[in-house]
Amino acid sequence: MEWGSVKDMEENPILSVRHLNKRYGKGCKHCESFDMLDKETNQCPHCGSVWACKKVSFDLYEGEIIGIVGESGSGKSSLVKSLYFDDDVLSGSATISKYKHGQRNIFQVSSQQKRYIRNHLMGMVYQNPWLGLKMSFSSGGNIAEKLISAGTYHVGNIRDRASQLLEHVEIPLSRMDELPKNFSGGMQQRVQISKALANNPPILLLDEVTTGLDLSVQARVLDLIRNIQREFGVGMIVVSHDLGVIRMLADRTMVMRYGSVVEEGLTDQILEDPHHAYTQQLVHSLL
Amino acid sequence: MSFQVVREYNYAFLDEGSKKEIRRTTLKAIAIPGCQVPFASREMPIGRGWGTGGLQLTLSLIGDNDRLKVIDQGNDDSVNAVSIKRLVENCTNVATTNQSEQATLIQTRHRIPEIPLRKDQILVFQVPLPEPLRRTEPKEEITRRLHAEMEYSSIWLRLYEDIIKWGDITIGADYPCMVHQRYVFNPSPIPRYDLPKLHQANGLYLFGAGREKKIYAVPPYTDVVPLQFEDYPFQVESFEGLMCHLCGSDSSFLDEVYDADSGEKKYQCSDTGYCEARQQERGKVEWNGDL
Repeated sequence: MEWGSVKDMEENPILSVRHLNKRYGKGCKHCESFDMLDKETNQCPHCGSVWACKKVSFDLYEGEIIGIVGESGSGKSSLVKSLYFDDDVLSGSATISKYKHGQRNIFQVSSQQKRYIRNHLMGMVYQNPWLGLKMSFSSGGNIAEKLISAGTYHVGNIRDRASQLLEHVEIPLSRMDELPKNFSGGMQQRVQISKALANNPPILLLDEVTTGLDLSVQARVLDLIRNIQREFGVGMIVVSHDLGVIRMLADRTMVMRYGSVVEEGLTDQILEDPHHAYTQQLVHSLL
Repeated sequence: MSFQVVREYNYAFLDEGSKKEIRRTTLKAIAIPGCQVPFASREMPIGRGWGTGGLQLTLSLIGDNDRLKVIDQGNDDSVNAVSIKRLVENCTNVATTNQSEQATLIQTRHRIPEIPLRKDQILVFQVPLPEPLRRTEPKEEITRRLHAEMEYSSIWLRLYEDIIKWGDITIGADYPCMVHQRYVFNPSPIPRYDLPKLHQANGLYLFGAGREKKIYAVPPYTDVVPLQFEDYPFQVESFEGLMCHLCGSDSSFLDEVYDADSGEKKYQCSDTGYCEARQQERGKVEWNGDL
């Protein structure tokens, strides 16, 4: 690989988010400017609206893993759900380098185009596998759904690709045609990951994937995510409240509190030398 | 047999305002092939689920110059078909017929007549379940959005699961089809055998779902393509080697009939109007079939 291309790769983020605002509630003139907002909460004292994300900006580069940590209610899940179009954002922009050369704000395209981006350019793994999988269809069928929505209408090809993916996440092929609701939690999570990867998306969003799994299963899922990142070069956003997960996976970390990013930097730096008072508190509370 | 027009009701039972609304909806449905257009389904003198959608379409379209044929699973003289015919005869001056060639308006359930539709004919379907996405998505709000975004992967998934489970697509009737590269629709529970008749047809096909309050249409010369995988192509029912024991037809959709006296299986045309016409023809011409 030439130096120039490496440089290009490093300079052009595959996903770049600018000033993303996400609000639950009507909002009022007091909280629109953020000045009136109480620093210790993300709820407006006048209208009661909750600001889940306040001016969140970041860049995701190819093959990079960004960790997002924060306590519950800090807006980390709202952020990834907004990026996957599960929730509407209030304002802000996000561009994907592989979509219209990064020239279009993906929050402002038509719902058909959003569907295209969801199916081709992004994968999402939810904490709850029931959100990401259709439990009344087989695990192979779940992967097939993604492949079909990207335009593969050939059963043989679908089966080949699905078995390839399931092999990758260490699901025995004999269970390909079983319903995922009969699987264990860790297996469901791995099926969900293979579904998210079906169309080779450049971006993978992981929302608390290991929460609720026991430690040995957690370790396997984390290993898997590491391997995927190494092999496919997928850019990932990993949301977790578990600093151990973040330490193991993330290259860079953003610490969120009350909807804003309070600290951002290399994971080691953040964990070893936290600057913000909240980050210090978070790191010290680690058992 | 002639009935006197019942004067207590408006012409063709529905009031003029209702007819106008249904016609406007129909026009919209024709303008957007395959798109389900909601309408204010009226109370009818038959129960919901017994063809109220089709009946409302028929009554909004019928005029003095029309001739009506009503088919119930290919059959002209089942109770439901006869009742609908009598209702129309009671409150209009329109005569009914069993011959699909003579009819200008045909209301049907579960079958399309064997003889292809002409340019001046309209076929009205009674539809129980208009929404092809309903099996996987119970919310109307979501299914409308899925239609808008052309997100039909869950219907495809149903076909895929069928193939995985049974080795073939097992949907016998109400096979989902793509209309003019845009909307996937349920063609009402007609057998797969009838689907090719919808594709690039001469006549107009209207679909009315009374209980679900939807009207949709396949206008003439519209593409109707059944969903199929590249390696599992769509296939119609085959009646190879079988023929109707009444009219001898070997190119029509056949029903299997069990003869209680002799204990043997017989096959006869599902389209009784077509079968009758052929039998009359056969009476004129010497029949050499070995039945």
